[in-house]
Amino acid sequence: MATWTWFHKLASPPHFYRIAGKLLPWFAVPAVLSLAVGLYGGLVAAPADYQQGDAFRIVYVHAPAAWVSLMCYTTMAVAAAVGLVWRMKLAHALAAATAPIGASFTALCLATGSLWGKPMWGTWWEWDARLTSQLIMFFLYLGYMALRSAYDDLTRADRASGVLAVIGVVNVPIIHYSVYWWSTLHQGATVVRKGGPAMPPSMLVPLLLCFLGFTLLYAALATVRVRAEVLRRERLPTWLETSEGVSRAS
Amino acid sequence: MRPDFWAMGGYGLYVWPSYGLFALVLVWNIGAALRSHTRMRAAAERRLRMAAAEGSASSSRTDAS
Repeated sequence: MATWTWFHKLASPPHFYRIAGKLLPWFAVPAVLSLAVGLYGGLVAAPADYQQGDAFRIVYVHAPAAWVSLMCYTTMAVAAAVGLVWRMKLAHALAAATAPIGASFTALCLATGSLWGKPMWGTWWEWDARLTSQLIMFFLYLGYMALRSAYDDLTRADRASGVLAVIGVVNVPIIHYSVYWWSTLHQGATVVRKGGPAMPPSMLVPLLLCFLGFTLLYAALATVRVRAEVLRRERLPTWLETSEGVSRAS
Repeated sequence: MRPDFWAMGGYGLYVWPSYGLFALVLVWNIGAALRSHTRMRAAAERRLRMAAAEGSASSSRTDAS
């Protein structure tokens, strides 16, 4: 009962807006620190790969971008489903806030993958299962955002785009398992695999820090964006502390 | 720093653009998120001011929301 009360309080726009504002530095500062150390470790400290030479260093932006792109889609779909089932505005706000972040990291994943593919596979692009399913996810993000902007009414935009987000989630496991289900140019998992990570610690630790940094970066960006989405959904946020002090409109 | 740091063992043409794109995505994300919040906040404050002005104009109405 107490948990439910707490949850309800958190889900109320004034509380959520305030708590999210307080949480922001706790995501942003560790994000900057882990990215700085992780990228330094990946670019400078880690040794070159015995097969791929220094080209393998693209992994430190490519793999975390891929992870965030999938995590964002899953977050967006789950939030949209919660919003559709329980008519929860805050859940739709989170889905809407996550989409542009996810789309940008999907684009980064595709572009860095292309830059990695050229020297390793001899091609910028191949219509294989992993690459194609990732590209489809990029279009799902774009479709979700285009559908939202097609409605003036926010409630209808939330509902229509939410349905698309939920349907599109079938693509997430397809992306993940594509390298096992179909023959593909793309290599299999490096970190989470049977027999432990296929990397020495000097390569692995910076990569794990980059995964952490990218994830915290998403959290920080989503916090700012979801606060914006909360304000968009409040006609008169009388609780808002404006530059002239707390509003007296009520 | 390794002597061939900028050359990246001949792969500099692929490694550096990858990190450049990451920097671009990072800067865009931070800028776009902050811009979106600033915009929504300004719009909300505008709605509040309008409601307050409306409320003080008609003294018979006490509840502007």
